[in-house]
Amino acid sequence: MTSTVKPNAKAYRPPAPLGGRTPIRTARQSAGIAIPFLLPALIVLAAFVAWPMISALRLSFTDSSGFGAEQWIGFDNYIRIFTDPQILGTLSTTALYAVLFTPIALIGALALALLLNNARLPGRGIFRTALFLPFIVSLAVAAFAWSYLLDPQVGLLNYWLRTVGIHIGNVLQDPVLAMPTVVLVAVWKSFGFYMVIFIAGLQDIPVSLYEAARIDGAGAWARFRNVTLPQLSNTLAFVVIFAMIAALQAFDQIYVLTGGGPYRTTQTVVMEIYQEGFKKLNLGLASALSYVLLLATLILSIVQFRFFGRREKDLT
Amino acid sequence: MATTASASRNFATDRSKARLGRNVERWLLFAAVLALTLVVLLPVLIIVFTAFKPAAEINAYPPTLVPGQWTTANFARIFSDLPFARLFLNSFLFAGGVTAFALVFDSLAAYALARLDFRGSRALLIVIVASLMIPFQATLIPIYQLVGNLGWVNTFAGLIAPRAADAFGIFFLRQFFLSLPRDLDNAARIDGASEFRVFRSVVLPNAVPALLTLGIFTFVNNWNDLLWPLIFTTTPDMGTITSGLTLLTGPSGIIPYGTMMAGSLIAVAPLALIYLLVQRRFIESVATTGLK
Repeated sequence: MTSTVKPNAKAYRPPAPLGGRTPIRTARQSAGIAIPFLLPALIVLAAFVAWPMISALRLSFTDSSGFGAEQWIGFDNYIRIFTDPQILGTLSTTALYAVLFTPIALIGALALALLLNNARLPGRGIFRTALFLPFIVSLAVAAFAWSYLLDPQVGLLNYWLRTVGIHIGNVLQDPVLAMPTVVLVAVWKSFGFYMVIFIAGLQDIPVSLYEAARIDGAGAWARFRNVTLPQLSNTLAFVVIFAMIAALQAFDQIYVLTGGGPYRTTQTVVMEIYQEGFKKLNLGLASALSYVLLLATLILSIVQFRFFGRREKDLT
Repeated sequence: MATTASASRNFATDRSKARLGRNVERWLLFAAVLALTLVVLLPVLIIVFTAFKPAAEINAYPPTLVPGQWTTANFARIFSDLPFARLFLNSFLFAGGVTAFALVFDSLAAYALARLDFRGSRALLIVIVASLMIPFQATLIPIYQLVGNLGWVNTFAGLIAPRAADAFGIFFLRQFFLSLPRDLDNAARIDGASEFRVFRSVVLPNAVPALLTLGIFTFVNNWNDLLWPLIFTTTPDMGTITSGLTLLTGPSGIIPYGTMMAGSLIAVAPLALIYLLVQRRFIESVATTGLK
């Protein structure tokens, strides 16, 4: 939180009623008084979160196309997702995307966080500002910039690589290189975010631990392994899951750069939901796929909850 | 803090020699980080430079980074190729509208959850926190159907209403409100202030930092969103900058890079401006709210 005054919430329970004379309400109240405060938000959340959840579940068991009669087809959509090689492919594509994105983004972010956390680096603030800049650029715009850099004819990066003997050709049409490229764009956009979180985590590590390690004769690598990593493990685990959840939702730059191609090698789950649900109007199938995505996200979130109990603790 | 390979070691007994060595290390580190930063910023530089580059140079071989001749022709083109002023306004109304509504609705609900100790408040809070786990992509289809039934497709109502409140904002503000001392609002209550009065005159003014943080976060997310406007708008004049620019990558396969980079620059400019003005709050904002 960003509060400058951060008193312990528990210390500020309202004082006990003084002989019942004060108008301070401390006893449990009926929900009546809270209703006007809650109503606007609850209407929005009920209509656009709760109801769609139920509705999507129902749709996922039908062959709905948005028009005309829809039939209850049981688990057919789910069976199709896990048997149709094309749709099953979107699941493995998404998994591959997550497996590539998460370590690359996090290792890059951690490396830069370590460099920027070095007190002897001049101009740390300016570097932090500059390195965080990509995060405010939308993924779509980032994709435009990269598509020009990588253009096989007039792309600057392509040209530079060629002058040093690396021929990458048209990466967006290359079944092998298209996936790493869309991952690269997402990494470029979001590493700054993870870097900032790592810097915050690094600054919470007591300096005395490093001093103790140094007195014990630990070198830089030993200090990193035995002080930084264990001290950062909470942040690290949290960010890993966070990055994986983000990766499951990959869409924007893929839509702009490859449209899911070539040969569906970058067709992620959200791309498929978009195309099945909004282009081909297979609402049933797209809803079932949505639920698979929801379930995957849920599992990761529950792991996160279990690990950290951050919010659970906050709730009490 | 010296966690990198450049950590100082007592190689030299001679002090000045050691200091010299440390200075060399310091500037080597600086040079390395500078090089990395320039590489990272290359796509940003390419947007800025290409936006001002004449078409002939953009398509010339070998390609260059900096324009030999600067031109504003690309900016003129983006306004004639797309209803760009309209798109910009749409982006602003969409992101600004969502932000304004969400701040009001979220803070009201957060106040009830933080301060009004009503029956069922805990259960409600748990439901709200649980709903944080739902990715919006998973409920897009029913949301679209509902927006369609309301007749709101391709309207600002359809773009904004589904996001007019969000679970994360409620939770985030509730946590902040809990950190504010209760003595203040109790004093106001003793003076006979209504709960709404306490909310508006005591709690909200003290929560400005949290509201700003949440506001920046919400605005940036919506300004940059692609999937949402792609789905809820059907005509080019209702799109946002982000969704509008994707129209340039038509099926023809020929991408007008100059126009696209000019448009991209305009799309990024407002956020870059906010970012540079309130940089610390901005970074803080994502560091705290981003971990949703």
